[in-house]
Amino acid sequence: MTGFLTLLYKELLRFWKVGFQTVLAPIVSTLLYLLIFFHVLETRVEVYQGVSYTAFLIPGLVMMAVMQNAFANASSSMIQSKISGNIVFVLLSPLTYREIFMAYILASVVRGLLVGIGVYLVTWLFFDIPLFWPVWIIMYAVMGSALLGALGVIAGIWADKFDQLAAFQNFLIMPLTFLSGVFYSIHSLPPAWQYLSHLNPFFYMIDGFRYGFFGVSDISPYVSLVIVSVCFLAVSYLAIQILRTGYKLRH
Amino acid sequence: MSVAIEVHQVCKYYGSLCALDHVDLKIEAGEFFALLGPNGAGKTTLINTIAGLAITDSGSIHVMGNHVINQYRQARKQLGVVPQELVFDPFFTVRETLKIQSGYYGISNSASWIDEIIDRLGLTDKADVNMRALSGGMKRRVMVAQALVHKPPVIILDEPTAGVDVELRQSLWDFIKQLNIEGHTIVLTTHYLEEAEALCNRVAMLKQGKIIALNSMQDLINNMTVGYSLRLRLQPDSLPSILQDKQIANHNGFYELKIDAHAQIELILARLREENIQILEMQLLQPDLEDVFVSMMKNSIPEM
Repeated sequence: MTGFLTLLYKELLRFWKVGFQTVLAPIVSTLLYLLIFFHVLETRVEVYQGVSYTAFLIPGLVMMAVMQNAFANASSSMIQSKISGNIVFVLLSPLTYREIFMAYILASVVRGLLVGIGVYLVTWLFFDIPLFWPVWIIMYAVMGSALLGALGVIAGIWADKFDQLAAFQNFLIMPLTFLSGVFYSIHSLPPAWQYLSHLNPFFYMIDGFRYGFFGVSDISPYVSLVIVSVCFLAVSYLAIQILRTGYKLRH
Repeated sequence: MSVAIEVHQVCKYYGSLCALDHVDLKIEAGEFFALLGPNGAGKTTLINTIAGLAITDSGSIHVMGNHVINQYRQARKQLGVVPQELVFDPFFTVRETLKIQSGYYGISNSASWIDEIIDRLGLTDKADVNMRALSGGMKRRVMVAQALVHKPPVIILDEPTAGVDVELRQSLWDFIKQLNIEGHTIVLTTHYLEEAEALCNRVAMLKQGKIIALNSMQDLINNMTVGYSLRLRLQPDSLPSILQDKQIANHNGFYELKIDAHAQIELILARLREENIQILEMQLLQPDLEDVFVSMMKNSIPEM
C-alpha cells in the first residue's frame, strides 16, 4: 500500500507544484467560455423548460473541465516521464501494474475534481444553479474523470512525441467533448446527428452529470451510468494490459 | 555462497539485431563484478533484462533466487540499479526524490537512512535543492542514492563514472568499495579499464551480444596471449645470440624480451652471467586489462 500511496502522492505533488498551469489556468479558460456564451446566447436559447441557457451550460462546462483536466494530467505526466526518462525509477520499483494504474487514475480524478469544483464555486457566486441530486453529480464526475484518466494513461504511453499526444487530444478528445452536448441538448439536433451523438460515450457523462443538477436529462441517468461504467472498465482493462506487457515502456 | 544473479541462456532481439545471444552468467553474492565490452556489445541490454526494463525473448534470469518476470516484486526489491542515462524528476528536491523512491519500495520510515546516504554521498548541502539546479556529477550521486534507498543486496551500476570528474569518481569508488565490504554484490560496466582492474575480482567481456571471456581478473591477465615482457639495459650493449629469438623490441638502449612465465627470468639472467654481460637496468612489464581487452576484441571469433 505504501508504494501505491507514494506514487499517488508524487503524482498529486507533480501537478500541485505547477498549480497555476494545471488548476488555475483551466478554471479561468472555462469561465471565459461561460462569459462569451452567456453574453451571446442567454436570451435566445432555452433548452429545458424553466432553465436558463446559462444554468444549462454551467454543468456542461464544469464536466468538460473535469474531463479535459483528468485526461491532461495522466497523459502529460506519463509522456513527460517517458521523454525525460525518469519513468525508469517507477519501472525499477516493485510497484504492480495495477498500483501504477490506480495512482495515475486517482491523481487525474483529483485534478479533474479540483478544476471542476473551482469552476462551480466561481459560477455559484454569480448564477443560481439548482442542485437536484448531488450524488449523481459526484458519481458522474468521478467516473468521467477516471475514464479520461485511463484514456490519458493509454495516450501518454502510446505517444512517442508531444506532437502525437496533441493529435490524440485534438482529433479524439476535443471533438468527442465538444460534440457531447456541453453547449446544447441533443434534442435540438437533426435526427442523424442525434443518432451519432448516442455513439459518443462522452455524451452520457455530460447528460448524466447534468441530471444531478436539474433532474432532467436526455437519457435515463441509470442507463448512462451503466454505459459510462462499461466504457471505464474496458478502457481500464486495456490500460492495465498495456502496463502489464510493458508496451513502449519495457523494451 | 548463494547466487546473486543467474542469467541462463538469455536471448534478446531488436528486430533482426541480436542484442544478447544465449548469454549465461552467474554472479555470486558478495562479488565485485565488471561487465566490459565496446559500445553496442549488449552490456546495457543485459542490465536492462536483469532489472526488468527489457523483456527477454528466451532464457531466464533470477536475482537472489527470484525470477525477474514471475516474481518481479521480490526480484526488484533485491536490486538497486543506477541507469547510464542521467535522468531525474525536475519537480522535486533531492530529499523529496529519495523519499519518494523509498516509498515505491514500501518503506515509509526512511528518514534516517536517507540522511545517511545523503551524507555519505556528499549531498548534505544540496539535500533541499531542486534536482534541476544540480550539476551533472551531483545528479549522478543522487541516482546512486536512489538505487540504495531500499538497501538492496545487489547493486548494478551502468557506467556510473561516465562524465564525472576525477575527484568525484574517486569518492564514488571509495563509497562503492565500502558497500562491497559491507556485503553488497556490485556489478558495474565501465569504459575505464583501470577502474575495473583496480576494483573488481571477476570480469565478463561482451562482444556482439556474446560473452567472450568470463574469468577472475588475475586469470584473465595470466591466460592471455599478450604475455609478460622483460626490458633490459645491458653493459656491454649486446644481446647474446641464444636470447635473440626472445627479443620483441629494441629501442632507446633497451632490449625487450618476451617471457611466458616468471621462471624464465632466472634462465635469462643465467645466460647473461655466462656471457659476462652486466645488467644496468631491468623492468618487468605486466600486461594490463587494456592489453587483454584489445587482444580479445581483435579476435573476431568468440571463444566461448
